Amino acid sequence: MIRDKGLTSKIWRFAIWAVAGLFVLNLAAVIAVVIINSFATRWLGTWLPAGWTTRWYFDAWNEFQLSDVVLVTFEIVFTVTILSGLLGIITAYALARRDFPGKKIVVLLFLLPLLIPTLTYGIPLATVLYQFGLGGTFWGVVLINLVPSFPFVVLVMIPFIEQIDPRIEAAARVFGAGTTSLFLRILFPLLLPGMLAALLLVLVRALAMFELTFLVAGPTTQTLVVSLYYAVFASGVRASQSIDAMAVVYMVTTLFWLVIALQFVNPTQIVTRAKQQSAH
Amino acid sequence: MNAVAEHANPASVASGVGASRIGGRLELDGLRRSFGAYNALAGIDLAIEPGEFIALLGPSGCGKSTALNCIAGLLELTGGEIRLGGRRIDQLEPEKRGFGMVFQSYALFPHMSVRKNVGFGLAMQGIKGPEAEKRIRDALAMVRLESQADKLPGQLSGGQQQRVAIARAIVIRPPVVLMDEPLSNLDAKLRLEMRAEIRAIHDQIGSTTIYVTHDQDEALSLADRIVVMSQGNIQQIGTPEELYQRPVNLTVADFMGFRTRMPGRIVSVAGDEAEIEVDGSRFTGLARETFRAGENAALAIRPEDLVASATAPGIAATVVSIEYRGRAFFGLARTAAGAELYFRADEPLSRGASAYLSPAPQRALIFREDAA
Amino acid sequence: MSAPSLRSRLAARGLDGTTLLILPGLIFILALFVYPFAFGVIDSLRPKEGAWYANYAKFFHDPYQYGTIAATLWLALPVTIVNLALAVPIAFRVRLMRRQRLLTTILVLPITLGTVFVADGLLTFLGPRGWFNHALMLLGILHEPLKLTNNYWGVFASLLITGFPFAFLLTLSYVSGIDPAIEQAAATLGAGPRQRFARIFLPLLVPGLAVTFCLSFVQAYAVFPSAVLLGAPAGPTRVISIAAYQAAFEQYDHSMGSAIALIMGGVELVVVVLVLAGRSLFYRGPAGGTKG
Repeated sequence: MIRDKGLTSKIWRFAIWAVAGLFVLNLAAVIAVVIINSFATRWLGTWLPAGWTTRWYFDAWNEFQLSDVVLVTFEIVFTVTILSGLLGIITAYALARRDFPGKKIVVLLFLLPLLIPTLTYGIPLATVLYQFGLGGTFWGVVLINLVPSFPFVVLVMIPFIEQIDPRIEAAARVFGAGTTSLFLRILFPLLLPGMLAALLLVLVRALAMFELTFLVAGPTTQTLVVSLYYAVFASGVRASQSIDAMAVVYMVTTLFWLVIALQFVNPTQIVTRAKQQSAH
Repeated sequence: MNAVAEHANPASVASGVGASRIGGRLELDGLRRSFGAYNALAGIDLAIEPGEFIALLGPSGCGKSTALNCIAGLLELTGGEIRLGGRRIDQLEPEKRGFGMVFQSYALFPHMSVRKNVGFGLAMQGIKGPEAEKRIRDALAMVRLESQADKLPGQLSGGQQQRVAIARAIVIRPPVVLMDEPLSNLDAKLRLEMRAEIRAIHDQIGSTTIYVTHDQDEALSLADRIVVMSQGNIQQIGTPEELYQRPVNLTVADFMGFRTRMPGRIVSVAGDEAEIEVDGSRFTGLARETFRAGENAALAIRPEDLVASATAPGIAATVVSIEYRGRAFFGLARTAAGAELYFRADEPLSRGASAYLSPAPQRALIFREDAA
Repeated sequence: MSAPSLRSRLAARGLDGTTLLILPGLIFILALFVYPFAFGVIDSLRPKEGAWYANYAKFFHDPYQYGTIAATLWLALPVTIVNLALAVPIAFRVRLMRRQRLLTTILVLPITLGTVFVADGLLTFLGPRGWFNHALMLLGILHEPLKLTNNYWGVFASLLITGFPFAFLLTLSYVSGIDPAIEQAAATLGAGPRQRFARIFLPLLVPGLAVTFCLSFVQAYAVFPSAVLLGAPAGPTRVISIAAYQAAFEQYDHSMGSAIALIMGGVELVVVVLVLAGRSLFYRGPAGGTKG
């Protein structure tokens, strides 16, 4: 790669690294204050708190009924992931393998939920869900979360399936594989890496999906991120350390899945996958 | 093939891209480049005369492309000097060296028309208006692309893109043109055509050309001198004839098509010829290194110079495979000791049959075995 | 009669058993996206009182409502421009790095953690007694703490923290998509660093940057939780998503809520179309290389 050695380019390079460094520093500090505060006895206007404690975690766990919230969060998120995976892969397979009249319109339909602002379709959709009595219920939250995540799986999987040579399937047929064993023995193993990546991305996105869940979640169907929002919103009511303890619990659950996801995808893919869907 | 001279307007060539030798002698002095602990170039010394066509030949990973990138300034040296006409240039940025380069992937600017691509180097030098237009026209005429000037690179075929890349490199009248495997992305027929054109263009513009390739045919047919490289070192520098007839060691011989090598023992030495005993038979060959009688050595020979017949004398072997290639048969035979010999036969031999192979005198070379 | 069966005639047009696999997905999208959207459009035209256009008339006559469009754009546009202006030069440097993975992993954190978490952290970090003011006062840059939360700047900061990494990672993927040999070719032809940027990279990147701009803008424009938590949701950061939410779920006027949500989508569409129309003036083919 070409490196130039002039003085201006040195200053320019230094300035760029300085800005990037400042950003990372501030980002680290934002995360650090949440963690530090969650362990602080009292922290007012000094660099570090007066003392350390873990009691806020117990407080938060009881006050915010975190055991219920965490349980509900995982129930919702896993249901969303599995359903959008099943539905998404079946749909993506048909779209990748067949050309039929009206296919472009169908693909556009799957693109739209990712292009239109969440609240623009979220508010009418939430209204409909309430009218059908699904507002505040488990399935209401699952359904509203499926609207962006199922097309996401479809659009991630289409190029992945397209790159699998259809002749492999033909070959399996020639050697006597029926539809079931074709799926189980040939397609499933080939699709597994792509599926895993797509589903982990859906999982991470669903954990952090605030707006849609917020619109339909009832008292018993709040996910962690929605509970956190309400806690911060009413921040006068509880000790800030207790809220931050909950934020740390949320962070740990999210990062756990992020770390697993990063074993299978490149960090840039988390955004660029989204880009490819919206780019055309 | 003289297509270029036919198509280009001779008057404009003479006045446009002049045929006089430009620039000075290019000297590489102890060129080194390492990537971490790996030495891609382990001290290259080479002097190139103005107007020469030099081919850097070697297998992939031998350092030839690294050398080219160092000369272009795209890679910094870790040691050594580059001088052009006595002036040191290795500290200059690539844009200050004024060399023309043709990339393996062509690296055309996809957003610019052919005309703009070719004119880019002129624009960078501040050459504008009629002067620039004329030089672009001449360069496009030289590669026979006048009619495509307003197309985008994406609309051209591979061969046409290659021509644009060449026109873009020569329009700035560089003292040195660097070519990095420029023909490797073309199909076989086009490759032969472009090969002739590249040489014709070189002869017209009078620049020094350094041409990197892994194809010895290309190097032999194009270059004034060939530099054979291996593992970051120069193995041999010489004219195509010298390399073809007199490779200095087994590595170069291997590259020049001496496919068969047979280990043996030197019997006697007389001048630059030696007698070697292989599998109980004795042969005379050209000794490429100094030997004494009794030393171990290897006989190397091309398939076309190792003739097989169904009757003795010769090295006894069994035919493993044989195929007809127009004028003669070529095949592989194996001796009882397991040595593999590539041979030529003027009569059909059947697989599994016994054959007797004799090297044509004066065509066999004798090397020290450990050279490779 | 040897006319092909209906089945084989359909298969010839691409309709067979495999094609039917799209039905579950299609039904789902029709039921949960197309129908609610159509419902929203019709619902917005059936206001609680007044003519069919009453919701829209009400919105555009009430400065407290139509002012949210300006408030949202006043946040989203500058943030998007800043994010892109930072992302491009940094992506150009990072492109040269061998080990980008650590940096990209760090930067993907705020995107995955989401706006609610970032808002919570920023409330402490940017607060009057937080580390940010503390550090600036220690360095002597400030004499008294700046007010950075519960106003415009708090929301701005949160959009920067989540938006910059997004813009950066997208830009990086575009920049790395350009064949390095193209830059080398420009260099051997005499183009210095600035000329290489202006004449080669920029024109090749414009289409990608336009898409990056749109996607970054869409995110910033939809700002909701951080505008409430970090901003002044009754004042300067009363963005349009707050207006829509309040109408639908605080005043229980879903007809008005749908109307505002649709206006929100419409305004966004206008900006995106303008940017993408500008993009079509530039080269749009592949930037990777020109191989046959």
